[in-house]
Amino acid sequence: MIIAERKPFEEIKNMIVGYKRILVVGCRTCVTICWAGGEKEVGILSSQLRLQSSRNGDELSILEATVERQCEKEMVTQELGDKVQDIEAILSMGCGVGVQTIAEIYEEKPVFPALNTTFVGMPEKEGLWIETCGACGDCFLDRTGGICPVVRCAKGLLNGPCGGTRRGGKCEIDPEKDCAWVLIYRRLEKQGRLDLMRKYYEAKNYRKVKRPGKIEALEA
Amino acid sequence: MNVDNNKIVAFCCANSAYQAADKAGKMRLCYPDNVRIIRVPCAGRVDVVHILKAFEKGAAGVLVMGCQEGACQHLTGNTRAKERLKYAGDLLKEVGIDRERVKMVNLAPDMAQKFICEIEVMMEKIKEA
Repeated sequence: MIIAERKPFEEIKNMIVGYKRILVVGCRTCVTICWAGGEKEVGILSSQLRLQSSRNGDELSILEATVERQCEKEMVTQELGDKVQDIEAILSMGCGVGVQTIAEIYEEKPVFPALNTTFVGMPEKEGLWIETCGACGDCFLDRTGGICPVVRCAKGLLNGPCGGTRRGGKCEIDPEKDCAWVLIYRRLEKQGRLDLMRKYYEAKNYRKVKRPGKIEALEA
Repeated sequence: MNVDNNKIVAFCCANSAYQAADKAGKMRLCYPDNVRIIRVPCAGRVDVVHILKAFEKGAAGVLVMGCQEGACQHLTGNTRAKERLKYAGDLLKEVGIDRERVKMVNLAPDMAQKFICEIEVMMEKIKEA
């Protein structure tokens, strides 16, 4: 799941200066789950913008819409329909992919991001999300008990742990953070696969995915 | 938002504050007529969006009135409301509205006097600004 967080209100406000009719578009997928850009957050931001504009005496018209998946062109065009016609600018509350999808569909309209897309991760508990995948293109999880050292180890070590593991299995970089390699050791121990800890792995090929990434499932 | 208005929206929990408001009426107690009472099943039902909408529609202050701490019929509704109000205060501050314009009040069903007192305190705060 893609994790994002809302930009500071001041920054959003400055982005849309000069535009009078704005459409705020949310997304019901990843950013809804991480409380950043769902229907509710669209309502909150729109309300804030309306309050701000009425206090300043601006005649700002804010429309709201939330699409099922902002990263799918078909869904965006189908769900936004003709709402975009009279709009001067679009404020996207989707991840970076969503912003770019909308920008590509409505090329003549300026599209502004209201969120900062931060990482690919999972919800740990209510209101807490952690980064779990670096999208490196060469998955290593079969050797580490399903825990990725590339993103969860502060140093991204493939052969750990380093000398910086602290008491209680914490990391020297951040005493609040678990050492990824201690977690890996414990997981492999449970699975009876500790022999994997003795293996040496060569440096990964981080060029496996050429940027920008592209996957074509069906060859023409 | 009309800065001259002094409307107060009071979201009242049906199990406590709404009954306190009702009791204030039965006791023939007077309180400002610019208060709009909205009956909610629990203070925990009040969302940040509801609070912002109230300001958007012209309220000058919002009170969320729920049960006393530890007495919520839904166990954590009032404590959740309190947390949400902190967040709502932050959002209001971002648009230049005093965060004290939104307040959580804990009441028992028989606290008619406190119900009125809290409304008057909010009224004073609005008049000061």
